[in-house]
Amino acid sequence: MSIKLAEKRVNEEIAMRDMYAKTLMRLADKNENIVALDADLMSSMGMMPFKKAYPDRTFNVGIQEANMIGVAAGMSAVGLIPFAHSFGPFATRRCFDQIFLSCGYAKLNVKITGSDPGVTAAFNGGTHMPFEDMGILRNVPNITILEPVDSVMLENIIEQIADKYGVFYTRLLRKNAVKIYEEGSTFEIGKSITLRDGKDVTIFATGIMVAEALKAADELDKEGISARVENMFTLKPIDKEAILKCAKETGAIVTAENHSILNGLGSAVAEVIAENELVPLERVGVEDRFGQVGPVDYLKEQYNLTYKDIMSKVKKVLERKVK
Amino acid sequence: MLSYDKIRELETFAVNIRIETVRAIGTLGFGHMGGAMSVADTIAVLYGEVMNIDPQNPRWEDRDWLVCSKGHAGPAIYSALALKGYFPKEDLLTLNTPGTHFPSHCHRNLTTGIDMTTGSLGQGSSTALGVALGNRLKGKDNYTYLILGDGEIQEGQVWEAVMCAAQQKIDHLITFVDYNKQQLDGYTKDINDLGDIKAKFESFGWYAQSIDGHNVEEIYHAIEKAKENGSRPSVIVLNTVKGKGCSFAEGILSNHHITVSKEQMEDALKALENKLQEVMK
Repeated sequence: MSIKLAEKRVNEEIAMRDMYAKTLMRLADKNENIVALDADLMSSMGMMPFKKAYPDRTFNVGIQEANMIGVAAGMSAVGLIPFAHSFGPFATRRCFDQIFLSCGYAKLNVKITGSDPGVTAAFNGGTHMPFEDMGILRNVPNITILEPVDSVMLENIIEQIADKYGVFYTRLLRKNAVKIYEEGSTFEIGKSITLRDGKDVTIFATGIMVAEALKAADELDKEGISARVENMFTLKPIDKEAILKCAKETGAIVTAENHSILNGLGSAVAEVIAENELVPLERVGVEDRFGQVGPVDYLKEQYNLTYKDIMSKVKKVLERKVK
Repeated sequence: MLSYDKIRELETFAVNIRIETVRAIGTLGFGHMGGAMSVADTIAVLYGEVMNIDPQNPRWEDRDWLVCSKGHAGPAIYSALALKGYFPKEDLLTLNTPGTHFPSHCHRNLTTGIDMTTGSLGQGSSTALGVALGNRLKGKDNYTYLILGDGEIQEGQVWEAVMCAAQQKIDHLITFVDYNKQQLDGYTKDINDLGDIKAKFESFGWYAQSIDGHNVEEIYHAIEKAKENGSRPSVIVLNTVKGKGCSFAEGILSNHHITVSKEQMEDALKALENKLQEVMK
């Protein structure tokens, strides 16, 4: 792991989907076993250049996600390395049994990509807005669940998972992310990253909530509260060591995710805390609700996913902290 | 053309598959007897003549693959694999005992020679298609065989894969539907009628045949015809009897999963031994 933080947190120039396609094309050029599957969302995912470059290695099965996952599993059994994409709810909820059995139980080598996490599904609304994708997949034994925060991390993670055997789920923002890391940073799957030191509380954040957490920490600093910020980009396997270290060192934890607090990051961290180091914990995330249409900023407010919500949970957890 | 001796050999193999399967399920005292018996003849033709395999090298890259999507027929395949020398015959008697390598439903990581994990119905149709597409992409000429249950084709995933296979013009995928007309809760026509299975596949662009699924010669020739048919996937509808050849299970309802007494097992084995003598005459 070699981390260099971006000096300025600005919107990246390259969209996440374009980095995804670009990276897969670069890898496919070196490794003829890499194939791409989709269920009629290739153009939404920016994968048409891949199709153009590798028509024989592109399988757009049409609108049939369960079949796509099964086909990917079968392809991996003969040595191919399939990357299968759909929107998050369809890549997980719609084909959970296929992921569980055809991929996981069969111990095959399938990379699943679910796009438009949580509120970023925006105007597609409740039917397309996955607050539960990572939570569903946490139940698959030995699966790895990743949520890259920006294009630098995405590129490095896609490179890594192409070489690692197993079932991986990558939760992917399709549009432009806020830049968190400088080019050249490398990441270790399963290891949390300290973005900012602090002594009063630790905020574990993932996805679009990382930028919110950093902003919350800046604001809290002005109020004399020192918050440590961690980017927990691997939901499974969860970095137990980092959680316990932060619990010991800061004595209070807040989690922040663009996902349901049920069975997501908040749950995963709570499980570790409850079984090991009891410190107060508060969770920022979607509280057992369905999605709806709207612009992302509106939805972030609707579901309490802003830096202000993180700040108030920090204050709440600090009240509970044993002085 | 199959020689007279070859036909006799395959018929003998099919009876031996039934004997080993009845013994394994009977020793345990319960199991999926009906659907294992109905596909025994097809499994005999596949492992006894058609499939290009090497028991000494079960994961040989150029082998033909079998995905038994009706995973509960696993015991019949385990019997065939044992008889082909993949592992000792005695191992079959560990069926479903704790820590066994022979579970109710096929598992590629537990049983030597099993190519795909199946059991949640419908899923093998997609994984078999993936195997066939993958092998084609890798420039291989091997075949993928897929066995579907008749009740199984009530699953939507089967028709997703059937539609996709036609679009992909995947000619090295040969599918069997074990049309024994029964599912767990009764007759398929009473629960969710399958209609004309052959016509359904044809309407999806497949080459389809309907044959006697207990006649090894017909099974063999149907596979040959399927291979000659050109750039389409193929289906062979096997007209079968659920429980075929197992004296206490054949033709009765509720034989999908059945308990077996010692006496029943012995009677069934005696009848099958007689059948064996008859075939070998």
